[in-house]
Amino acid sequence: MASTIRVRATSSGETTEVQALIQHPMDSGYVKDAKGDLIPPHFIQQLTFEHDGKNVFLADWGPAVSKDPYVKFSFKGGKKGDDLKISWVDNKGASDTTTAKIQ
Amino acid sequence: MTTTHDGFPATRRLMLKGAASVALIGLGNLPFSVAPAFAAANDKYPEDAFKQKSDADAVKALYGKTAEPSDKVKMDAPEIAENGAVVPISVSSTLENVTSISILVAENPNALAAFYLIPAGTLPSVANRLKMAKTTNVIAIVEAGGKLYSTAKEVKVTVGGCGG
Repeated sequence: MASTIRVRATSSGETTEVQALIQHPMDSGYVKDAKGDLIPPHFIQQLTFEHDGKNVFLADWGPAVSKDPYVKFSFKGGKKGDDLKISWVDNKGASDTTTAKIQ
Repeated sequence: MTTTHDGFPATRRLMLKGAASVALIGLGNLPFSVAPAFAAANDKYPEDAFKQKSDADAVKALYGKTAEPSDKVKMDAPEIAENGAVVPISVSSTLENVTSISILVAENPNALAAFYLIPAGTLPSVANRLKMAKTTNVIAIVEAGGKLYSTAKEVKVTVGGCGG
């Protein structure tokens, strides 16, 4: 299966801008399905970005983050061709990891 | 530690141990109260803070202190969000030594929406998309140099994004 994580990391020389889009339902636990039953909460809790063996960004999310979450940040350093490792884990223990090349 | 009084060192050690564990419990309740606590928050998901209903309680559970309003915290949020399920919100700051950014939606079922740890070298700026149940204040909190700074903005929601 293709990765749930899509990342674009672009280096401008001094800083690297990272945009990530993750496929995930991010069910809040407050929404009902067609039959009127509550859909149990299912959401990403932690998302980490690692560059050169060091965390450059960490997100702790609650169920109020939108479906198929998007996040953007920038960090100093990072060259074209460097690896950026992205991982998430959700409240059911599922997880995914991908490595992107900085462009 | 040597002494001729039998039992005395043991008692003393126990007392010290007791004091140490009390101190540790105290820190556990206020994970952000000391400067290096940023490392403690590194890998631990702040479950408790996400469970709080009100924004004030969530901030207390997350940081153990309150924030003061500051114009050095900038938030970009729409005046009117037609779809409460996807409200684009970005937060940035001109403050130095920013260690974290959190975003709260005051009248969501649970106020805390997202918490971002900003390690040294990462810019104090983040953009994301949040759900909003109804028209309410969105609050951004920036932790810099161990202090909390906040800004708030009301976003009008036409269709709520938390189901119902």
